[in-house]
This record gives sequence, structure tokens and C-alpha cells, in this order.
Amino acid sequence: MAKIDINAAGQSHLLIGNEAIARGALEAGIGFASAYPGTPSSEIIGSLAEVAKKQNIYVEWSVNEAVALEAAAAASYAGLRSLAAMKMNGLNVASDFLATIALSGIGKKGLVLMVGDDPAAHSSSNEEDSRAVSKWLDIPMVEPGDFQEAKDMMKWLFELSEEIGSICILRSVTRVAHARGNVRLGELPVTQHRARFDNILDPRNTMPTSIMTLPAPLRHAFQHMKLDKARARFEESSFNRYAGPEKADLLVITCGSGWLYAQDAVNALKLESRVGILKLGTIWPLPESLVKKCLARADKVLFLEEIDPFLEGAIMEYASSLSLESRKNIFYGKHTRHVNAFGELTPDAVIKAIAGVLDIKYEARDAEYAKKVGAVPQDHVMERMLTFCPGCPHRASYWAIKNALMMDGRGGFVTGDIGCYSMALGPAGFFMNRTHQCMGAGSGLANGFGQLWRFGFDQPVIAVSGDSTFYHSIMPALVNGVHNRANFVLVIFDNSATAMTGFQPHPGTELTAMGEPAHLINMEAICRAIGARVEVCDPFDLESTTATLLDLLEQDKGARVAIMRRTCELVRGKTEKQPYKVKLDPGKCLGDSCGCNRLCSRVFRCPALVWDPVSGKTRIDEVICSGCGVCSDVCPVGAISREEALSA
Amino acid sequence: MKKLYKDPVNLIVSGVGGQGNVIVSLVLGNALVAGGYFITIGETYGASQRGGSVMSHVKISAEKQFSPLIAEGQADIIVGMEPVETLRMLKQFGNMKVITIVNPRPIHAVDLIGSGAGAYPDVQKLLQQVKSLSAKTYLVHATDEAQKMGNAMLANMILIGALLKTGLLPLDAPALEPVIREMFPGSVADNARALKAGMELVSVLT
Repeated sequence: MAKIDINAAGQSHLLIGNEAIARGALEAGIGFASAYPGTPSSEIIGSLAEVAKKQNIYVEWSVNEAVALEAAAAASYAGLRSLAAMKMNGLNVASDFLATIALSGIGKKGLVLMVGDDPAAHSSSNEEDSRAVSKWLDIPMVEPGDFQEAKDMMKWLFELSEEIGSICILRSVTRVAHARGNVRLGELPVTQHRARFDNILDPRNTMPTSIMTLPAPLRHAFQHMKLDKARARFEESSFNRYAGPEKADLLVITCGSGWLYAQDAVNALKLESRVGILKLGTIWPLPESLVKKCLARADKVLFLEEIDPFLEGAIMEYASSLSLESRKNIFYGKHTRHVNAFGELTPDAVIKAIAGVLDIKYEARDAEYAKKVGAVPQDHVMERMLTFCPGCPHRASYWAIKNALMMDGRGGFVTGDIGCYSMALGPAGFFMNRTHQCMGAGSGLANGFGQLWRFGFDQPVIAVSGDSTFYHSIMPALVNGVHNRANFVLVIFDNSATAMTGFQPHPGTELTAMGEPAHLINMEAICRAIGARVEVCDPFDLESTTATLLDLLEQDKGARVAIMRRTCELVRGKTEKQPYKVKLDPGKCLGDSCGCNRLCSRVFRCPALVWDPVSGKTRIDEVICSGCGVCSDVCPVGAISREEALSA
Repeated sequence: MKKLYKDPVNLIVSGVGGQGNVIVSLVLGNALVAGGYFITIGETYGASQRGGSVMSHVKISAEKQFSPLIAEGQADIIVGMEPVETLRMLKQFGNMKVITIVNPRPIHAVDLIGSGAGAYPDVQKLLQQVKSLSAKTYLVHATDEAQKMGNAMLANMILIGALLKTGLLPLDAPALEPVIREMFPGSVADNARALKAGMELVSVLT
């Protein structure tokens, strides 16, 4: 990860969007930052945590997004510029507090919420456009269109937040947050933070008493006044810009990643003299005068934005309020199907949309080459299914779950949750997960299934959870299950890290985000205190894990817990040598005559187990094998051996 | 600042999750930004550690910041860390002028029979397809050499060495030195050796 606190103003560095955002927060002189990890937002707090001690700021991974936002708000009340960061699903978790702090106002210093949206759901279980929240909850929002803006906007947003006395949101999408580009660094301020909470009159609120004591409708009216102030700033903001001819055949209105795609597309189609681009960096409230001025530049208007038709709807609504003679635009976008209202924008989709509106022909490449591409046999580019890493404890855990449910024989199933183990929806985890929604959902669902015995339901239910997820949102579901005597088994995959988002610490680990000793919250002690029977297993010991799970399933009363404990292979592999040298004896492997139906390479499916059609046997790819040795217990004829690796 | 042979140069690095795809684009990007160029890098996500197809799109310009994704048929250079993935990129992003560098070491997919997709294709046939879809194809046995050097991950730096040798980018070994020192402080000598090996081993596929 790039060092985001290089003191070299004017120098250009290659940063990912999230690092640029973090740098912007440092340049703004923040004193406090908190978050729960979630793609595409995690690197903001991750990179701030790395420099926190040196920069004399406080940075934490909070237990969930609601606590993260509330903690950041407290710092604002006590006079520190503060930042909370989360992905769009985290915004849902934090939205109750967000809805109320939007009306209660902030402290003396700025409070900024950064939300990372994930169009195309690269690393998410849903597609969600956070821009809706700005209109829904009356909160000013901006969105960077490149890496430089990601930094500059963050700094500017703190100033705006303080000026108007409102929380402000910076929305970013995966293709900016996680892409890399040039960022010219600004000055890092030297700030001496001093925190104190005095419940005194805030002059910006111009009210005789603290705003928080006012009735909600008055505070609501007050927030609308703050939005008007933000709108005035947005009208003159340099983050909004028009580039193109004085009068154009087509006006493209875009924001975020759509801006760079639109420029590339105009370039590819050689339409610089015909197409103008209005890029809005400020999303809500709408800079109406600027929009009105630009709408006069062209009759045809095309909206290019990620996920929902947010600007499209807002600007069409605004245009309908204009006088009849200035209402001459024809609008194109998601409502005309020139752009999809699902998935993400791509360079090809943007080229197609612009070419489509202007009725221009575009061929990506010449016909002869396209013909050659068409002639490549389909089996030369087989699909690669996602799978668990070699040596991943989840593969072993799901092998035990699969066998325990099979031995139990009552048609039991798994309610899934969010993490790497979501891949158990597919072949990686033997199709065990049957549900897939949000963090905590698997255990909530199990609470419901666990009460259905009175209606004849007799299938055992296993809810799964990661270790970080357990603290984030499973604990209330377990309390509910034990209290109401719901029948289910909760399996917690404790791999000692928030693995999917980059190995962040959580309440069950020994260090804080800033690398200081943390008070470890013991998950088995919590589960036992709640009143559940708790068993701890090593998933690499397939036999005993399966037996323990079967025993828990057979108990069939109340909520029970199995903790499957093994460190994430990517964490272990960083500091330790391979535990075993794993070998396959081709003399013992019986191949297709075994009757195992290629159990290791076809069903267990570790990427290191490769079926060799020439020899008709499995072999181990030593470049990929991590030496966990679990496959030696999967092979029914003992062809795979594991030897203790010599300590190097 | 040296002039680019075209602006922007669209480069794709492709491979399988876990091979170190991001490292290649990051080494190149850091060195080029230090040299004064605008770099935009976009990546595939989610599959990064888990056996899926992965790619990095790198746009190199002397003039401005471009978008993080390359459009269909618009690649100028493809660095393929794995033969099937190289061909996959050519099918989507190739054109008459594309120049390809390929590491012929296969990485098998996990669910060959499960999906009914059949066995891993014949590597020689794959390389012929790669060659027929490229204006020029360079071959470098990066993984084999890296294993000889004692660490399969060095294949990344060997591929970078091969790319430097083609002279397509305004980069040379001295320009990479500070980047290697910064990014791999524990293995500077190994990476420098791998870079040199790549420059020496690369050959034109005929």
C-alpha cells in the first residue's frame, strides 16, 4: 500500500482512489476516522491506520458501520474533523443514525461520510445506488470523477460540512475507488487536535437553543436551509465543468467514472466538435442554474451514470419546471434503454450509447480480425469458476458440513452469509449454502426455520458466519435463537481475520487498527454466556469435525454453536512455511478405475489437484499447493501423503 | 520524457487469481508515474485470490488521465501470465496490431469435469492461436525460470523483464530499480536477477 503521508506537496504519485480519499482527509487535518471494512471502501481506513500514530490521529475498525458513524460524529461534536467510511451495505446498517444526525446537525468541526458503491457487484451481494440517500435524507453529496478529484473533494467537503453545519457524503464507485491513477499531492497541515464537548450555542445554527432540542419538523426545515447553502456553493464549484463546443449536437451529463468513459468515447468516435460533456462533481442538491445553462447548449441530452438514473430523474424533473420555451430537450439514458439501469458502465456501453443517440456506426475492430476471433474453438478458453484458495480452511469446513448433513440424512441445509464463504453457493463449497443476502441474514433466517417444527418442518438447519460477521451482526440473532429456543446450529468460521476485505482486525483479534494491543472478545465465552452449547473444532481434522457437527445436529433442540478455527491461509502463508510436503503416489492412485469418481480433483476441487488426462491419474501442481495436507484424508485409497516439511 | 509510440498505450496484464497480476501493473505504473506519465489502472475484482481469470488494464499517456478500462479490440500490448488467459484477452481486446508476450505455463481450472468443459487445451495449439491473433508474439518461460530461481512468484518480474526488452515502453532496468527497492525491500537482489533473466530469455515465437 502506498504511503499516504508523504510530505511532498506538488509531487505526483500513483494512488488507488481510496488512498487518494484518505490523503485528502489527511490534507484536511482530520483527527478521527472509523469504519467497518467493505469493498470498495476498505483501503481508506486501512491506509489511514498505517500512518495514524505518526500523524497523531485516531483510526479504528469499528464493530459495524452504525458504531463507526456514531463514533465519528462524537469526534465532530468534540471539535475534531472526522470521517466514517463504509460500503453501500454499511450505509444501510448506519442509516438510522444517519437519518437523525442529518437533522440534529454536527459539532464545530466537519463530519464526512464516505460511501463506496459497487456497480456490477464485483464484491457484493446486491447493486445499490447510495446517491438516493442524499435526496431521501437531505444530505449534501459529491462524487469524484478521477483520482485527483478523490483527494481534492475530500478536503473541500470538510470545509463545506463546517460551513453549513451538516454531515456531508462523498460517494465513490469501484472504478474510481479501486482504480489507480495520478494524484498530485497537496500540503499536509500540522494540526494540534484538542477535544472538548461543550453544549454551547453554535452560531451557524442561529437558533436560541441547541438545535437538538427543537421539534423534528423545525430541524427538518433547518436542514433544507443548509441544503440551499450547499446548492449555492455547488453552483460555483470547479468540480462541475462543461467541456465541448458552444452549441453541441449532443450534451452528455455524467458523473463519477462515467466522466472518463465519456471522454474516451467522444475521442474514439472523433466527436469532439459535436458532443459536449457536463460533468457534475456535486450530486445533490442539484446546481440548477448551471444545469439550466448547459441544457441550452444542445437539444439532445444523454445521461451516463452508474447504476440508477439519479441525475437523469432529478434533471428531467427540474427541466419540467422550466418555462415552455426553454423546454426543448429530448432526454436519453436509462429510461430510453440507451444505457442499462443495472450492472456497471463500460467503455463499450458508453460508446454504444453515444453512437446510438447520434445514429453513428462504430466497429470495434475490422471484420477480418473479428472472423479470426470467431474461429477460436470455444474449448480453448474454458471458464474458470471462482474457488477457495489452496489451503483455505473453508473448503475443509464445508467438506465436513456436507458429510455431516449427508450422514444425518434429514435433508438439512445451510443458510448463508457474507464473506469468502459465500462461494459455498457454488461448487467451491459443494453448493451447501442455500440462501445469500446480507451480513447476519443466515442466522436470522435460521431463527425462523428453527421455529417451524410446529408446522411439520423436520430438516436440520446450519447458519454460517465469519468471525468478523459474528461480532458485526450475528450476536443479536444468537440471543434471539437461544431465548426463543429456535432449533439451529450456528457454525462460525473463525479464521482470525476479516479475510475477504483484506485481513482487517476485528474484536476477536489481538491488535487494533493502529497496531496497539486490543482487548480480545472471546467468542466462545459470549456464546456460552448467551446459553448455547459450544464446540470448537479444527476443520483440517475432517473426521472429528464431521463427528462433532453430526452430534450437534442430532441434539436437535435450541441454538447450538460450532466454532471452526483455522487461520486464513493467506494470513498464515505470510509468516509461516508450508506445514506439509504433499505428494501423490501415481502407483497408488487408481484413476478412473478407483470408483471414487475423481473425488479429489472433481469434487473436493482444490486448485492444486489437477487431473492429468495423459496418465489418467491426479497430480499435484506444486506451484499452487500450499501444503495443508487435507486432501490426504479425502483420497479413499491413501494415494496422497503428507510429510512434515523440514523447517527451513 | 520519451515519446510513446502511440498515445495512450493500452496494456493488459492477464492471468489467474493468485499469480500476482496486480504486482506487474503496479511495478510498471509506479515507474511510469515517476517518469512523468499519466497512468490509469483498472482491474478485475472478487476473483483476485481465488482461481478466477484476472486482468489489469493499464493506460499510459503523456497527455492526460484516461478511463480505467480498455474498450473491445483496443489493446496495444498483452502480457499473458498464463496461455488460456492470454488467448481470452486477445479474443476480447485484440486487433491487427496487438503485440503479445506469453508465459506458456498452464494453470488448470478447478472444475473441468464438473462443468463439462473438458480438459486443459493443448498448449502448443493455444500458442498457435495466440500467434495468429497477434501482430508479433514473444515467448518467455517465466514460471519455469522462476522455479529454478527458487520462487514461482518471481515469474512476474521475469515477464516485466521480457516486456522491457521489447522496447515498447519508455522504461529500462535502471528506471525500475527504485520501484523494486520500494516495493520489495526484502528481495531486491532476487527481483533484479529475475528482471535481467526476463530480458535475456524472451524470444520471438515463430
